[in-house]
Amino acid sequence: MRTERPDAPAVVDAYADRVAAYVHIPFCRRLCPYCDFAVQVGGDLDGYVGALLVEIAADDPFARPLDAIYVGGGTPTSLAAVRLGEIVAALAERFGLAPDAEVSIEANPEDLDPGTAGDLREAGFNRISLGVQSLDPAVLRALGRAHDPDQAVAALAACRQAFPTVNADLIFGTPGDAGWESSVRGVLDSGIDHLSVYALTVERGTALSRAVASGAPAPDPDDQADAYLLAQSVAEAAGLVRYETSNYALPGYACAYNLITWAQGEYAAFGNGAHRHRGGVRSWNIRRVDRYVERLQTGASAVSNQEHLVGWDREVERVLLGLRRAAGVATGRAGAALLASPAGERLLAAGVIAADDHRLWVAQPLLGDEVAREVLALAPSEC
Amino acid sequence: MTDTSRIRNFSIIAHIDHGKSTLADRLLERTGAIAARDMREQVLDSMDLERERGITIKAQAVRLHYTSPASGQEYLLNLIDTPGHVDFSYEVSRSLAACEGAILLVDAAQGVEAQTLANAYLAIEGGLEVIPVLNKVDLPAADPDRVALEVVGVIGGTPDEVLRVSAKTGEGIDELLEAIVHRLPPPAPAGDGTLRALVFDSHYDVYRGVVCYIRVTDGRVSTGDPLRFMATGEDLPADEVGVLTPKAVPVASLGAGEVGYLITGVKEVERIKVGDTVTRRDRPAKEMLPGYREPKPMVFSGLFPTDGDEFERLREALERLRLNDAALTYQAETSRALGFGFRCGFLGLLHMEIVRERLEREYDLELVTTAPSVAFRVKLAGGSVREVRSPQDLPEQIDRIEISEPMMRVMILTPTEYTGTVMELLQEHRGVMSSMNYLSKERIELVYRVPLAEIVFGFFDQLKSRTRGYASLDYEVDGYAVADLVRVDILLNGLPVDAFSAIVHKEKAEVYGRRLVDRLRALIPRQLFDIPIQAAIGSRIIARETVKAKRKDVLAKCYGGDVTRKRKLLEKQKEGKKRMKMLGSVEVPQEAFIAVLRVDED
Repeated sequence: MRTERPDAPAVVDAYADRVAAYVHIPFCRRLCPYCDFAVQVGGDLDGYVGALLVEIAADDPFARPLDAIYVGGGTPTSLAAVRLGEIVAALAERFGLAPDAEVSIEANPEDLDPGTAGDLREAGFNRISLGVQSLDPAVLRALGRAHDPDQAVAALAACRQAFPTVNADLIFGTPGDAGWESSVRGVLDSGIDHLSVYALTVERGTALSRAVASGAPAPDPDDQADAYLLAQSVAEAAGLVRYETSNYALPGYACAYNLITWAQGEYAAFGNGAHRHRGGVRSWNIRRVDRYVERLQTGASAVSNQEHLVGWDREVERVLLGLRRAAGVATGRAGAALLASPAGERLLAAGVIAADDHRLWVAQPLLGDEVAREVLALAPSEC
Repeated sequence: MTDTSRIRNFSIIAHIDHGKSTLADRLLERTGAIAARDMREQVLDSMDLERERGITIKAQAVRLHYTSPASGQEYLLNLIDTPGHVDFSYEVSRSLAACEGAILLVDAAQGVEAQTLANAYLAIEGGLEVIPVLNKVDLPAADPDRVALEVVGVIGGTPDEVLRVSAKTGEGIDELLEAIVHRLPPPAPAGDGTLRALVFDSHYDVYRGVVCYIRVTDGRVSTGDPLRFMATGEDLPADEVGVLTPKAVPVASLGAGEVGYLITGVKEVERIKVGDTVTRRDRPAKEMLPGYREPKPMVFSGLFPTDGDEFERLREALERLRLNDAALTYQAETSRALGFGFRCGFLGLLHMEIVRERLEREYDLELVTTAPSVAFRVKLAGGSVREVRSPQDLPEQIDRIEISEPMMRVMILTPTEYTGTVMELLQEHRGVMSSMNYLSKERIELVYRVPLAEIVFGFFDQLKSRTRGYASLDYEVDGYAVADLVRVDILLNGLPVDAFSAIVHKEKAEVYGRRLVDRLRALIPRQLFDIPIQAAIGSRIIARETVKAKRKDVLAKCYGGDVTRKRKLLEKQKEGKKRMKMLGSVEVPQEAFIAVLRVDED
């Protein structure tokens, strides 16, 4: 019986010392109009997997085996389960894999029949994250998704059958969404243990941003606030705990990979556009798929750029990431500086943040960026 | 010494873009004053702003030697440049006062514009002989026959007296030079030989101090003479006199009828007044030359550094600008909302814009400008009169008897199809018609008396947009008139923001207040709490809106894949926040202050 509450400070802080690996699969059958990830339709799948295996084999293991693997995209199920299994195996061989490690994969409902679900479980995955987005047909169409509500419900059932842990992604605040509450209830009824709810966001350079620029309705922030709060109350009534701005889990079912990143922990990363955090350095791979493959085929590094965060900047990042969590963050220097600043006083007075003797947290997650900007605006304090 | 009968002093009167600079260049080139290739660097003013705006702020006087091919006779031509914008009409009048003649240059396609007309009238009233010239006759759109009729309709004469040139190709320039020596009169004979010279312009030179441009009317000024400036009472030596060819060339003396420059060693531009009369200290003239006026700022606006620490830098920048711009005035001002800054006086809106742009561009200052105001005259209960240049200084209602506002005589030239539109616009701006004259079947001149306060807010833009750019405008000061004026204050979160206050006509106060409140509501971003925005006259609220507290301000996703990117995004947003001004507990973006300037526009 899993009992760890994901909003408990002691639980989430422990992830700072755990390690993970991320693998990016950039291929999609079609592009969703709101997505700004490093993705493309089709491509040289075999060449790409080959490059991934080269990159994995060339990387250095951590001091401890992996606590989490996350295969995301794109659409990871663009690859056959057996290929995905090879990738997991390569990671396990190079880095080692803890016995209770979380091994996650993202998938779309239209790809997930009971057979595929079983194959993925067989390939070594023990957690699946399904891109349901909505159970309202009009919203699914507006979001350019390939599945319908029935497919989503069926896929959720197949996953539930095959996997010990299942997450559903939902998107709220799509203009005209009249079915938000039934979407939330619907996915919760399927027996999932983890729920991610994301506000539809107009990202630069997407088809959605072009549509909005030429007059299509933009998401309304007040509607989104209502939708966010509705989802929170429905999810909590179902026993899930909000443990990050956009994430809910039953006790014991929080996503280890994400908790590692929010705890400023270390993770390796593989694939085009993938970001890693190792040895105090954040670095990221070249974004274009063909160049990524070419580099690895020629023995070159896939790294495109890096950022070395030290001292105050690193402390600020720790607080920024930690404040995404319901458990908040150990106050530290940046937290103390915030609480001592006029901006911090304003945020406290407005009930946006709260603090006790050694911890600071965001009490109104809908205003989290207001807090984040004030943290970034703080003058560096002495060590 | 030059025989005055061989001297011709003249200006070119032209609308912006009608080709004045090109024509001046061509005259210099044709008279050999300057090689064509050197022209751009030497002749055109080097100030970026002027070149960009197509206007000339500082007049110049260039001496040209011309030999008439017909008679073989040699002449000395002094081309006196005039500023091209309505804000500088006093300077124009002084430049014209230094001349006996003027070239009225009109674009053969566009026809006469209001400014040209106003300056042409100024020249005619000043007794100048005017040679009408059509420029750009080489262009396909040129309609010289029609425009010649229009010109004749304005200044009289016959169409065959209107010359046709192309400054660009040089066509007609020889005929123009002949017309200058034959149609323009030489300087009038001098009086009793007592020195009188008109200062028609001045400018500040880093090495030489203030350079005066003078026209000697009587007597003679020589290097070393002890001089007296009659308006200011300054006694100064003539350190150097000279002429511009256009290079500065020192000469021993300048006699009656001649034009040149004078350097006295004075470093402060405000000690030399344009329009002043120079005489000899030891043998002073009895009377000044007519037409002198103190430069008087018409429009006032508060300039505040966005960053309070920049106040001293702003002071230094204003000091430096003033060296070259005697018409600019400034005094320290404190605003509750904006902190320390300066209340500056300008000749007009363009002047204000130029100063502001120069401060931002040349001195790298970020400024908040408050709504421009005019100088109201307030009769107080005790009977005394106080000048009020800032809404803040308006005495309370019970302490004042009446308010007068400066009035302008506004002349507008428009194609007749827009007559109704223009009349409507002027009525909206409390204008009263004085006269209307048809220049031709297609063009009409409308003359109105309008409060200056009504034209400092976006009037030009409205006129231009409602007449598709065809109407042109000129104005001059026309006294004061009593009006029913009130101060509209804006309260943000319950606190009055002085920078948003304005003195407006009572009948317009409510509309003004409502529009400003609406604008501010759209421009002030939602914050952590509800922000009421109110417009008030005294304690009476005339409009109210609320910026609702923001409810959602958070990125949906922040995962390992984009920690760096999200942080950079937030940092960028934070920079935007820094540029906002804190008024009480409310963050107000710069655009809100600009909104006050634009409140008249829809």
